[in-house]
Amino acid sequence: MILTRTARWALAVVTAAGLAFVYVPLLVVLVNSVNASPTFAWPPRSLTTRWWSAAASNPGVREATVTSVQVAAAATAIALVLGTLASMAVARYEFFGREAISLLLVLPIALPGIVTGIALNSVFTSFFGGLTLFTLIAGHATFCIVVVFNNATARLRRLSGSIEDAAMDLGATRARAWRTITFPALRSALFAGGLLAFGLSFDEIIVTTFTAGPGIQTLPLWIFQNLFRPNQAPVVNVVAAVLVLLSVLPVYLANRLSDASSGGRM
Amino acid sequence: MASWLHRHVGARLALLLAAPLTWLVAVYLAPLALLFLTAFWQTDSFTGLLIRRFTLRNVADVFGEPAYLATLVRTVGVAVGVTLACLVVALPMALFMAKVAAPRWQPVLVALVLTPLWASYLVKVYAWRTIFSATGGLGLGAVVVVLTYLWLPYMVLPLYTGLSAMRPSLLDAAADLGARPGRSLRTVVLPLLAPSMVAGSIFTFSLSLGDYITVQLVGGTTQVLGNVVYQNFSTDLPFAAAVATLPVLVMVGYLLAARRSGALEQL
Repeated sequence: MILTRTARWALAVVTAAGLAFVYVPLLVVLVNSVNASPTFAWPPRSLTTRWWSAAASNPGVREATVTSVQVAAAATAIALVLGTLASMAVARYEFFGREAISLLLVLPIALPGIVTGIALNSVFTSFFGGLTLFTLIAGHATFCIVVVFNNATARLRRLSGSIEDAAMDLGATRARAWRTITFPALRSALFAGGLLAFGLSFDEIIVTTFTAGPGIQTLPLWIFQNLFRPNQAPVVNVVAAVLVLLSVLPVYLANRLSDASSGGRM
Repeated sequence: MASWLHRHVGARLALLLAAPLTWLVAVYLAPLALLFLTAFWQTDSFTGLLIRRFTLRNVADVFGEPAYLATLVRTVGVAVGVTLACLVVALPMALFMAKVAAPRWQPVLVALVLTPLWASYLVKVYAWRTIFSATGGLGLGAVVVVLTYLWLPYMVLPLYTGLSAMRPSLLDAAADLGARPGRSLRTVVLPLLAPSMVAGSIFTFSLSLGDYITVQLVGGTTQVLGNVVYQNFSTDLPFAAAVATLPVLVMVGYLLAARRSGALEQL
């Protein structure tokens, strides 16, 4: 398609506008976190860093951050194990029900979060006595599995199984072939998948609302509960700004480790 | 043991699948099934306890009350509106990224589009809330704008991937046969891009159907299905379950329809 110069320019303008649309609100958050006015008058007349020091010493924020990291790490670990097992099965074997399993893995992420949330909540409260840190981790791990699964399966599909067969012909046990051949090749895909899973879990709010025990607060829960408290607003702004800044990291890392074709949520 | 496993493929497969399947069935499928079963039960309005007797009253309530029907229509309308808005914004962007931008800039553009996905969902909605409360515009329109904002990368990415995979020779052939760019776009590019558009729309549609937090933060007094479920789940679980079934049914229907267009391979 030979596009005219005007068409090319028009597309460039729309793209620039689109990217501006995407980034301006994030910049608003960043600027607001150093806005000296307590009511966040816009445009900010003077800047200050005292909100940042207030946030750093806020016990609620610190505890919530620690909880978020713990939950995300545990959920990612579980998802890594289960996702890798499932992808080994789906990518290396042909069997009846293979497509159904892929669909089953996608469901926790494809169905609305609120459905997952209330389903888990009613089961946990009726049969397991209540909500705890573990019910929260279980909920998160469930929708993280598919992220690891997709990355691992994509990588396994590109690695033909014949290398593993060759190793076994040369005398390696299955375990050894896995350890020395499959796993090293799979490693970076698992890292990318794990990174995505960690990010998903860290940011999740809907399922978290329904599966976290009383007194357990992840960072998104903390933000949500403090959003409507005016005197907490400065700290919320700082937390928001930090999260925006941190979000650059994973994309950079994930880009360096895997293809653009496995980008995005899945 | 190792050689027994080697000969019995089925046993190996079962071992691999045992843990993930047990987890998914126990932690996800069973609770989901129980939830749908609950939609047919009732809550005693006096004691608040669950009565485990089959009844269709909740289903009747959901479809009989005009207010809830209106909410259903509104929710689907929002999801459709968001999907269309995402398409309108994403298509020119994807076209630029895949066909106009120099190859060395493409990964940068992709990264630029992907990065906001990592910024916290709440932060983004909160930022828009401050913008809208300053300009005055909270309400249904704000909900559509914010949801479009949130899910835009999910539409840009499949479109970009689809466009990049399109063979340039097809477009050259169309041009050789005399088609101007507008016509090539209409008759060649868009039909070929249909699976990618459907793939992107699965994300935007499903994410918009179940969202209730954005509505709470920027929607003013607007009610969507998610709100109804959230408000009712602690007092009247069967009713909430019945309402929650609606977006699931819509999504399953959408997914089945999408399967026929070949979009699912693009996910």
